[in-house]
Amino acid sequence: MSTETLINPTEYAAKKETGKALIRVKDLRKDFGENHVLRGIDYEIHKGQKIVLVGPSGCGKSTFLRCLDMLEVPTSGEVWLGDTKVNDPKTDINLVRRRMGMVFQHFNLFNNLTILNNITLAPVKLGLMSKEEASEKALQLLQRVNLADKADAYPHSLSGGQQQRIAIVRSLEMNPEVMLFDEPTSALDPEMVGEVLQVMTELANEGMTMVVVTHEMAFARQVASKVIFIDEGVIKEENTPEEFFAQPKNPRLQDFLSKVLQ
Amino acid sequence: MDIANQFFKAFIKDGRWQLYVKGLGITIEVTIFAALLGLLLGTIACLLNMQRGRTGKRTIASRIAFIYIDIIRGTPTLIQLMIMWNVIMVSSKNKILVASLAFGINSGAYVAEIIRGGIQSVDAGQMEAGRSLGLSRIQTMMNVILPQAFKNCFPSLLNEFITLLKETSIASAVGLVDLTHAADLVSSKTYQPMMPLLGAAVMYFIVVKTLSVVFGKVEKRLRESDNR
Repeated sequence: MSTETLINPTEYAAKKETGKALIRVKDLRKDFGENHVLRGIDYEIHKGQKIVLVGPSGCGKSTFLRCLDMLEVPTSGEVWLGDTKVNDPKTDINLVRRRMGMVFQHFNLFNNLTILNNITLAPVKLGLMSKEEASEKALQLLQRVNLADKADAYPHSLSGGQQQRIAIVRSLEMNPEVMLFDEPTSALDPEMVGEVLQVMTELANEGMTMVVVTHEMAFARQVASKVIFIDEGVIKEENTPEEFFAQPKNPRLQDFLSKVLQ
Repeated sequence: MDIANQFFKAFIKDGRWQLYVKGLGITIEVTIFAALLGLLLGTIACLLNMQRGRTGKRTIASRIAFIYIDIIRGTPTLIQLMIMWNVIMVSSKNKILVASLAFGINSGAYVAEIIRGGIQSVDAGQMEAGRSLGLSRIQTMMNVILPQAFKNCFPSLLNEFITLLKETSIASAVGLVDLTHAADLVSSKTYQPMMPLLGAAVMYFIVVKTLSVVFGKVEKRLRESDNR
């Protein structure tokens, strides 16, 4: 069973269901000095939803994503994951981050470790799995993305597309409740974009909650439950992908779509 | 035949070559102790020096590490050695220990700055990736950042240890009978300093050369794991 899927569906479904949204963001603001990147964002993400964030570069969509797991510390506002206030100084952020997977634009695989050790480092060091359990699970996941033969290779010997698929696997190894993707295909050669999007699509189909910042509009159309347009640090429009692309209401969004959909 | 005579008096007569060998042994001993201490102190000082509290300000430990690095780098090694010998450890008769401590503490400050350079050359994404998986800053540092940092600054560290080896020659000023001191002893007996000094220089050179060849091979091996 587990060799057939990227996530264990029964295990994933068993995670506490409270009826409330999985992620709640209230009046989130982030300043970099005088630069007000996020100017008050309110949003709720429910379990199983796939939220795709689009917008012009510098609009704050990556900052928003990074605020969700405190890679950026919000200036004000609240971020909740289930019953945990993520940006409370009293919260152990390391425990929160175990529940959220993050996939970066530049993969960020650990250069000094083999692929297998990249994947098993966190669960083993954090005492969540034995070395054997972690390796077994890692090999199953690698098999799912057709990279089992790379287990003993080092990141630098792999292509960008392979590295990114492994970065996704590394996050999945932790059994996260939500996966965050920060422009996962932007640093890839065009012919490698497809293989990464395919893994993401499979993950979405298996029910994973996902928040994705991307410029891949076809992916948004195909996979998203909701598409969000962020501009000037606020959510300017939010809709189902059908409505979002067919009948954009905000003039900035109309302008943006006319440029990216050519 | 004057040269041959000088050579005979400098190295062979009364088994004087043993003085150089003993001296070289002490030089190497002090260098190894000091290098290990320097590496340990330097790594700790570097990590503390780079430590920041929640508000981005230096912690107290960070300030102490900064002051240590600053003072050691800002004062002559010979003065530090003499302070160690004449003030701090004045009751100790063990010159090897005193010299090792003085040079180790001295080297640590330079090693700290070398490692800082190594850490800063590691891509910031490596730390973010570690933290995003739930690893702590220290866990990511130990398992991901430091191994890459050491690899990056390996040539500079080698350079520091070569400098250290040669710098131990000033310990003859507090009476440590190292290689330099041995050469000095012989010249004071023969009144012909050329051969003993040349001999000591050749021995220093051979040790340094061996060290750089061996470490060069190790560095190459480290690079191979990059598969670049």
